[in-house]
Amino acid sequence: MKIIHCPINGPRPAQEFHFGGELRPMPDPQAADDRQWSDYVFQRSGEPGVKTEWWYHIPSGTWFLAERDNRTDTFLRTWMYRAEADNA
Amino acid sequence: MPYRLLKFAWNREHPEPRMFHSPAVLNTEYDAVIIGAGGHGLAAAYYLARDHGITNVAVLDKGYIGGGGTGRNTAIVRSNYLTREGALFYQASVDLFRDLSRELDLNLFYSERGHFTLAHSPASLRTQRWRAEVNKHLGIDSRVVDPEFIRDCVPQIDLSCGGRQAPIHGALYHPPGAIARHDAVAWAYARGADRQGVEIHQQTAVNDIEVRDGAVVGVHTDRGYIKTRKVLSAVAGWTTHITPMVGLRTPLVIHPLQALVTEPIKPWLDHIIVSASLHLYVSQSSRGELVAGASLDPYELISMRSSLEFAEGLSAHLLDLFPSLGQIQVMRQWAGLCDMTPDFSPIMGTTPVRGFYIDAGWGTWGFKATPISGKTMAYTLAHDAEHELIRAFTLDRFAEFRLVGEKGAASVGH
Repeated sequence: MKIIHCPINGPRPAQEFHFGGELRPMPDPQAADDRQWSDYVFQRSGEPGVKTEWWYHIPSGTWFLAERDNRTDTFLRTWMYRAEADNA
Repeated sequence: MPYRLLKFAWNREHPEPRMFHSPAVLNTEYDAVIIGAGGHGLAAAYYLARDHGITNVAVLDKGYIGGGGTGRNTAIVRSNYLTREGALFYQASVDLFRDLSRELDLNLFYSERGHFTLAHSPASLRTQRWRAEVNKHLGIDSRVVDPEFIRDCVPQIDLSCGGRQAPIHGALYHPPGAIARHDAVAWAYARGADRQGVEIHQQTAVNDIEVRDGAVVGVHTDRGYIKTRKVLSAVAGWTTHITPMVGLRTPLVIHPLQALVTEPIKPWLDHIIVSASLHLYVSQSSRGELVAGASLDPYELISMRSSLEFAEGLSAHLLDLFPSLGQIQVMRQWAGLCDMTPDFSPIMGTTPVRGFYIDAGWGTWGFKATPISGKTMAYTLAHDAEHELIRAFTLDRFAEFRLVGEKGAASVGH
């Protein structure tokens, strides 16, 4: 069974988690033009590699961030979102 | 074994005929290079030669032909889609498929079975009715049927789903729904292209694509550099390996999709049965195996590993519909890579990089599009402009907020 480390609840089975997609800093909706906005909404960096992603621990309602290699499905680290540091 | 037979088999004068040549030398220049020797790439090469007279073409593949999505899908062909663009495109594909065995002179075991999309709730039945009406309007044979009709066609089905799942209220029935032998489709197109002079280079990886002043000028492979002005990327689940080479961003995310086959049994299931609620589709191949697939894996992964959770989950849902399969063994399971788009439609056509053409976003709907995708992409390469059937599917639709929401796509939740 696959185990994911929730930063609040510790190691839990993967079935308790939901994938929330890649972390993508949002441009200012007022300042962004249509091209920047569509880029933010639709385009992804789907190439293979280590990605920072949103994950959700369903039973405890915890959203957190994880660094994961999408070629090997290995989680490198997980942590709680910090607005300033993670949106840089 | 009779000695004479053995002697004949080893006789160099009567070599076993091969489907296509494996040229030893990779030339330094081609009119077009196609990356990916799957069904789509080989079909594009075939139609480039047949319809447009472009034969100085190399089809490159990192592995072997048909080893990606072409050989990993569940081989279903249908056209009961929900958008006008999607339905017309897939109907054109079905029309080509029907004549393909004759056209390519190889038995593709194309077998029209009738395709049921089961509705487990009144709401789901309403969606099926919507699809049926759109289909009828576009001249596609599709209708809503009641549970009695399903029982008459598929007497072994348990319409109550054993009480463990919501019962079946009806289905969308699409009589032309078919299955085909998917690897034979790749071989047949490979042979057809090869006979017209196209070169197929297996075990040839593309490492980089050379772009100068916004236009493609060549391709770096692990067997040397090729000069070319036209490159078609037809690698579906591997597209995100290629697009960074030309600096393109796409909405593609890759999810594995898993499938399995059971041991072969006598002819038992004539139809193709799909249940979106149970995340299941199943048909019986001409070899007698039951071929079953599930929905996408729940998170992005560029790996073709398969999992026990999948085999357990799919088997349980298979038993909800067909309790009599309890003693049938699972023979093997595998995964394919699905390059998913946000609107469940493909990405096809020209790109902002001149001479770089994309045939991607094939998610869970790629095999059924093989002939028409090859034909329309060949047209696009030859004319440097999209064929009218694929104009709605270009990459720039995302920047222009012009999505083609295809709710008739398989194996995805909407």
